[in-house]
Amino acid sequence: MDAFVDIHDVTHIYAGAEDGAPAVEGMSIKVREGEFAAIVGPSGCGKSTVMKLATGLQFPNKGTVIVDGREVDAPVKIAGMAFQNPVMLPWRTTLKNLLLPLEIVQPHRSRLRAHRKEYEARAEALLAQVGLEGQGSKFPWQLSGGMQQRASLCRSLIHEPKLLMLDEPFAALDAFTREELWCIIRDLHAAKRFTVILVTHDLREAVFLADRVFCMSARPGRIIAEREIDLPRPRDLDVTYTQPFIDIVHELRGHIATAREAV
Amino acid sequence: MAARRSRISLILAPWVFTIGFFAIWEVVVRALGVSNFVLPAPSVIAEAIVQYRTQLLFHSYHTMWMTLAGFGLAVIFGLVLGMALGASQIVHAGAYPLLVGFNAIPKVAMVPILVIWFGVGWQAPVLTAFLISFFPIVVNVATGLATIEPETEDVLRALGASKRDIIFKVGIPRSMPYFFGSLKVAITLAYVGSVIAEYNASNVGVGNLMARASADFNVPLIWAALIALAVLGVMMYAATAYAERRMTGWAQRSQFAAQ
Repeated sequence: MDAFVDIHDVTHIYAGAEDGAPAVEGMSIKVREGEFAAIVGPSGCGKSTVMKLATGLQFPNKGTVIVDGREVDAPVKIAGMAFQNPVMLPWRTTLKNLLLPLEIVQPHRSRLRAHRKEYEARAEALLAQVGLEGQGSKFPWQLSGGMQQRASLCRSLIHEPKLLMLDEPFAALDAFTREELWCIIRDLHAAKRFTVILVTHDLREAVFLADRVFCMSARPGRIIAEREIDLPRPRDLDVTYTQPFIDIVHELRGHIATAREAV
Repeated sequence: MAARRSRISLILAPWVFTIGFFAIWEVVVRALGVSNFVLPAPSVIAEAIVQYRTQLLFHSYHTMWMTLAGFGLAVIFGLVLGMALGASQIVHAGAYPLLVGFNAIPKVAMVPILVIWFGVGWQAPVLTAFLISFFPIVVNVATGLATIEPETEDVLRALGASKRDIIFKVGIPRSMPYFFGSLKVAITLAYVGSVIAEYNASNVGVGNLMARASADFNVPLIWAALIALAVLGVMMYAATAYAERRMTGWAQRSQFAAQ
């Protein structure tokens, strides 16, 4: 398999870890280009460490991380990130928040000043895609939690990253808003075909969105199961009430239960 | 109707309270026959203000610019040092004990040293104002920078942002509310510093005017100078508070203070 993200036999211990215990140990993950991967596991299992390793914010003590054909030895610059907390900058309008990655990443960084109109149009279009049409001039704190999270998704996609990293982005939202956002991210992925790694503890979310689900053990995290989700696309929310969907969720639930017992 | 009435009362309240305060003062002083030497009545102080208006204006002007000069130095120095402290853990760990130790010194105790260095003149008040007021600026700017949300940092670093990018795009804007908040404290402190130094080591300024007035036992002039100091202090405080509201409106969205 030709992997876009290839994490191979990685062990990682944080520099400041008091007990010196590894966050992840002997972990391997392969994600193909354009694939939607989900990582699920009990809390504190090192899911977020996977994010940091794949984006080059941390480097493994042992093993290799290859992203887009290159071994990661610096921040990857082709990734967009969104977290549970939307972390919008309150002194910028929503539109200016969206433009922030463009002020950092080349080639946009040098082009931004001269092509501002073009980029603003791109940001507006993206906002419209997630149902925030015309909200760009508002400050983030004038938006609801769900709207902020949508804007945060837009910001992670504005520079058209090849890799999107999502760290429990929907965890703080109510059930209805969460399902709305599932559909939004599903449609964005279907349209642009970037590679996604979604970290979550919501099994339904993982099964609904992903092509491939990895289950992690309790700390130190390892991959204890990998499951391809072959439910046909495009998937509708109704699929979550069908038997095959429920069976897969059950199966994964079993893996997580075993992982928790092992503690 | 009731809402409008309460709004009018809110606008009138400060005037009513201030005028009431002086009225009570006047009545008490007259009723008890307190001597002008102990506590002059507001009417006597007002007379003194009119009588010495040229002197008061001249010295207030000097006090103001010496305070502002010291304050300006404190702002520049405070911003630079605060950024260094906020951006580098090593600088923070190394410089913090020194800063705290320095801040613990009552700055009045520095005035004699400044006089030895610079003699009597504008230098001592300006430098005292500076020394006394930079600390809160440093601490607040450093705090603003050091408390950047780790997620924000991750988002930017994953894009390849340099430390400098993060400081300029996130750190400095987000430390602005802390910075402007500290300016309100710093301007008041700077004012204390410059007046103390004028009192001891200057030929001009309201502090110096008071020192001479007290040597002459000119009590109404001392009180007139105090009023001038109060007016000047309120003006400078109001200016920084206005700047804060203008520059960091995004940080003051809470309804909490309004309730």
